[in-house]
Amino acid sequence: MAVAVGRPSNEELRNLSLSGHVGFDSLPDQLVNKSTSQGFCFNILCVGETGIGKSTLMDTLFNTKFESDPATHNEPGVRLKARSYELQESNVRLKLTIVDTVGFGDQINKDDSYKPIVEYIDAQFEAYLQEELKIKRSLFNYHDTRIHACLYFIAPTGHSLKSLDLVTMKKLDSKVNIIPIIAKADTIAKNELHKFKSKIMSELVSNGVQIYQFPTDEETVAEINATMSVHLPFAVVGSTEEVKIGNKMAKARQYPWGVVQVENENHCDFVKLREMLIRVNMEDLREQTHSRHYELYRRCKLEEMGFKDTDPDSKPFSLQETYEAKRNEFLGELQKKEEEMRQMFVMRVKEKEAELKEAEKELHEKFDLLKRTHQEEKKKVEDKKKELEEEVNNFQKKKAAAQLLQSQAQQSGAQQTKKDKDKKN
Amino acid sequence: MDPLRRSPSPCTSRPPSPRTPPCEMLGHVGIEAVLEQLKIKAMKMGFEFNIMVVGQSGLGKSTMVNTLFKSKMWKSTLPGLGVPMPQTLQLQSVTHIIEENGVKLKLTVTDTPGFGDQINNDKCWDPILGYINGQYERYLQEEILITRQRHIPDTRVHCCVYFVPPTGHCLRPLDIEFLQRLCRTVNVVPVIARADSLTIEEREAFRRRIQHDLRAHCIEVYPQKCFDEDISDRILNSKIRDRIPFAVVGADQEHLVNGRCVLGRKTKWGIIEVENMAHCEFPLLRDLLIRSHLQDLKDITHNVHYENYRVFRLNQSHALPRGPGWVNLAPAPADLTATPGPWKVRWQAHDSSDEEC
Repeated sequence: MAVAVGRPSNEELRNLSLSGHVGFDSLPDQLVNKSTSQGFCFNILCVGETGIGKSTLMDTLFNTKFESDPATHNEPGVRLKARSYELQESNVRLKLTIVDTVGFGDQINKDDSYKPIVEYIDAQFEAYLQEELKIKRSLFNYHDTRIHACLYFIAPTGHSLKSLDLVTMKKLDSKVNIIPIIAKADTIAKNELHKFKSKIMSELVSNGVQIYQFPTDEETVAEINATMSVHLPFAVVGSTEEVKIGNKMAKARQYPWGVVQVENENHCDFVKLREMLIRVNMEDLREQTHSRHYELYRRCKLEEMGFKDTDPDSKPFSLQETYEAKRNEFLGELQKKEEEMRQMFVMRVKEKEAELKEAEKELHEKFDLLKRTHQEEKKKVEDKKKELEEEVNNFQKKKAAAQLLQSQAQQSGAQQTKKDKDKKN
Repeated sequence: MDPLRRSPSPCTSRPPSPRTPPCEMLGHVGIEAVLEQLKIKAMKMGFEFNIMVVGQSGLGKSTMVNTLFKSKMWKSTLPGLGVPMPQTLQLQSVTHIIEENGVKLKLTVTDTPGFGDQINNDKCWDPILGYINGQYERYLQEEILITRQRHIPDTRVHCCVYFVPPTGHCLRPLDIEFLQRLCRTVNVVPVIARADSLTIEEREAFRRRIQHDLRAHCIEVYPQKCFDEDISDRILNSKIRDRIPFAVVGADQEHLVNGRCVLGRKTKWGIIEVENMAHCEFPLLRDLLIRSHLQDLKDITHNVHYENYRVFRLNQSHALPRGPGWVNLAPAPADLTATPGPWKVRWQAHDSSDEEC
């Protein structure tokens, strides 16, 4: 039954004025209340050489001691270690996942260093995509493991970016929000720092690396974001040890020539990083990951699988049509393969049959031959037997004849002797 | 709907699992600023709410909508005066943007003139079901595009207010049929319309009988018992469930009572104040729909009803292989009135994911 839905002729939405208090201004609060009951997810990826201060910075940022052992420099390749922690502040629960690149920059041949990182990021997108494509899915329950922010630790050489840094950042910039930071910034003097920063930024721009842009479209945060962006990349110092400065304890690093205070804006940009990363833009980082990076990944992945939105004639293709076409193609291929296999099977059977028949024939022939030989031998044996019997007969006859002769001879002899005797007598 | 903005319900609050040890923080980090960020973003994007009013003509639907949102959404229709009764059920939608204290709300109200007005009302719920499922279909099509929009426009019906005529006896067969079919597809809030024709005692008796009828026919109206998240929710919602269906009176004219200007209906025997809890339960309805449960209505529509519809649609192509990576989508059937299965589908998924947690 066709459903006639009457709509006003002009589709422009009218703004209506209210004559009293309705009460839906509590909507943002309703939304926030629901979100707090579920808790938030935030995943940070730390990319940097071994020993550059990643774990210490994380400890400092979140004001806690994440348990981890420092990595050795003997790793054969880059591997990623992810650890999750639950943090709670007033009524906000944060599920924080910190992913560390262990062994980055330690190998002699660093060609493939970026590959495990890219694979890990893609794997998280893939897991989310799989969940989204399921028929029975539970997205609201899903523990989001996609990387929301990537802190890239630049070694404080004071000159420029290393080529490894450029290559890695270029590979990551379309997949994750990159925030470059200069680690161990207490080894650089202030004037050198300024030159170093501008050199890094110009190199990033000239190589086309897209780092995360702090959003400036929102009036409330535009100002602070704009001022902070000038200081990119942030030069940070991390420390979990407290040193007495003045009359209170502060996080700092103590040297014989002075104390570097972590939270002092004159000493390093740690406070700026914390502001930007957590207090101002955490939500925006998450949203960018979902709406830009993840959508890009999803689009590429689906296009790779062969799905399109519109065909060359720009008629909208529904996913299902493409799907049916692919399915038919696939089934056709399957059928062809089946046919081939069947034919091959038949051929093989025939061959085998022929072989067997041959063998049978041979066997029969052999048998006949044997039989014949046997019979011949038998005949020979019979002949020989007959001969033997004849000989035996002959021999008997001869023997009989000889005996007769002998007896005759004996008789005649006896007669002779008798005669002789008689004669004598 | 941006999944980061949408709050996930229903879901039990999860304790820290062994793999995510809770950490003690030694000082203030500033994580709670994320709530403020969330609020700012939400207010910038604005909110959307779609409500549908269903009931026979003359029950005061248009007036009720005008009273709820304190504006002339709709010209109140006067019955009989030259306006011909529509022969078939037609759905009419109006969309307005209203703003209060910086919060922008895009409100869409869908009216159903002609519902239950014919002599033979068989299958009069089909166009409504078709419309609701059509909105789900639209959203689904947007969601499965390769290049999707950043913010998918949400036209799905978040709440359906069903007006029960104040007979004072019990639910009629038409009401029961309609409610049975619709409670599985959309959040239904039944109200007793034109309650000023019933006395307080009659109202209570009528309400009890309706509740009994709803239970007897296994009709789960909003707020549904199975989606209560925790104890506080259950207590709050039980109180609401006890008063459902609300006995409401709508009025969009103001009168002077005791020196105050109030919305009300003027009769020879007195003025019925709409916002007076002693007179009618309109404030309860308004609070439920707007002030406390609006986000919850949207969440249940998105997480439960829409997901059910999606499962149903994706399962329609039986012979296709299933599993992650395969997007199964057969052409939408011409008849969009088939309702997806009961909530067992959704509840099982919830259970299994509970075990994973």
